[in-house]
Amino acid sequence: MKIAVCVKHVPEGTTHARIDPQTKRLDRSGEGAINAFDTHAVEEALKIRDAQGGEVLVVSMGPQSAQDTIRKALAMGADGALLVSDDGAAGSDLVATTKALAAALEGEQPDLVLFGQQSSDSDGAVLWAAVADRLRRPVISQAAELTVADGKVTGKRQTEFGYDTIEAPLPAVVAVSDAINEPRYPSLKGIMGARSKPQRSVSVSELGIDAGEVGEAGSKTVVQALNDPPPRGETVKIEDDGSAPERIVEYLAERKLI
Amino acid sequence: MPTAVFLEHHEGELLKPSLGVLSKAAELGGDVVGVVLGSGVRELAARAGAYGAAKVYVADAPELERPMPQPRVDALAKLVRDTGIDTVLFAASVLSADVAAGLSARLGAGLNWDLTDLVQQDGSLVGKRPALGDSVYVDVGWSAEPRLALVRAGTFEPKESGGDAEVEDFDVEFEDFSLQATMLEQAHAESEGPSIEEAEVIVAGGRGLGSPDNFKLVEELAQALGGAVAATRAVVDAGWYPYATQVGQTGKTVSPKLYVACGISGAIQHKVGMQSAGTIVAINKDPNAPIFEFCDLGVVGDLHEIVPKLTELVRSRKS
Repeated sequence: MKIAVCVKHVPEGTTHARIDPQTKRLDRSGEGAINAFDTHAVEEALKIRDAQGGEVLVVSMGPQSAQDTIRKALAMGADGALLVSDDGAAGSDLVATTKALAAALEGEQPDLVLFGQQSSDSDGAVLWAAVADRLRRPVISQAAELTVADGKVTGKRQTEFGYDTIEAPLPAVVAVSDAINEPRYPSLKGIMGARSKPQRSVSVSELGIDAGEVGEAGSKTVVQALNDPPPRGETVKIEDDGSAPERIVEYLAERKLI
Repeated sequence: MPTAVFLEHHEGELLKPSLGVLSKAAELGGDVVGVVLGSGVRELAARAGAYGAAKVYVADAPELERPMPQPRVDALAKLVRDTGIDTVLFAASVLSADVAAGLSARLGAGLNWDLTDLVQQDGSLVGKRPALGDSVYVDVGWSAEPRLALVRAGTFEPKESGGDAEVEDFDVEFEDFSLQATMLEQAHAESEGPSIEEAEVIVAGGRGLGSPDNFKLVEELAQALGGAVAATRAVVDAGWYPYATQVGQTGKTVSPKLYVACGISGAIQHKVGMQSAGTIVAINKDPNAPIFEFCDLGVVGDLHEIVPKLTELVRSRKS
């Protein structure tokens, strides 16, 4: 069983993230970290591998700084990594990103491709279904429980109406929800060993993709303007020093809510 | 060049968020069509006329009976190619996000998501999207057609404008891989207890409660305030509380006068379900929890100490 887990390197904490007013792209120059939602996909891949054997390959697309994110996944226990990194791919939208990512995955022939349920920087929850279409594989999204057996994957997930159970033959693409597991912390041994695991970096042209198909040239959506959010009331923030219950009651009483 | 709206349906009803997007598309003007995909759904399709669709395209096939995304990508891709539809709009849901994303890849069409408004600006369509925890509002557009957009659920209210829609059937050839995933079971969650959608006061609990037993702290405060109890997806999925109480993206959208969030970090999936509450009070021990960025009163502290005392104070005030 070969499992590819797609992970994204995102700016650390949304409070410090900013969009560059010049390029209208997310400023990725600061500190970054693995998208927290993706650690659940890494954990699920490791659990399946540990139970059934095989290998877990981390796949990421982003700047060279995404190596930090890859090392985190390797420290958790993944076996190897592939980074799609290319200056020309900066500013890629969904169409352009999935073109390159799908090509990278196609070359690896995984039995199962796992994604986290969304990216914390773009709030996107769309990548997996687009990648699945490019790979021409079945897709299961938002899986909160996953079983892999007899060449099939079965996922249980929540929708607006209740719970679905969906089955698909392997190879398949699955996005897992953050309710599926508690991701492990990397052990010291895992952290020490991460550097010596096989890690490759490929450019877009090495994937056989034309430069015009990625980056802004290959994108079909544009950011036209950045605006300030509409004003909202001030947040009153207090630290509990033992008087918090009284202060909450006071606040509610002033607003005639009790 | 028509704008198409993907009309999602469930148990014989067109869904409100989809009809809201249809009403908005009709308001923006131009040629607006609806698309209904399913099995035995022709009768349903005609109803979309009342919300502004001049025409509704219907693909009625057994392969479309279950709400699976990939056969719907096949259907929409064919429709867009055959009819010259230049824009396809979706109300965001678990199903439609997967359909829109798959269609984006299939057609090489730009997809903008999480839109909270759509406007015509100098003759072209522009979407409004809050980003980075709502700290910036982004105007997004498309550099080519077809254009695809996912609108945040509940953004637009359906408006009945009257009118009949012409219903036109079309056939779909399904890709082999589109039919490989199959729905084994759809379990519908039954609702029980007081409805959180009607409640004026809601006390909600999240993972920060620490254990399912601690939901009694939330229940007691809700009772003292005369409100209902709600939960986050994380605790519902962990089996701590029933699905019917879940607020957020895959749960209910609520707008009570008062929302007290206990041990809730305020992830975007939860936020979209409760951000329109009148007053939001948050109690959380993590001072960096996102909920402190959009609540009205934020209390950094241990809810296990604060909530029981608060309940006592509210009770004694009332008696």
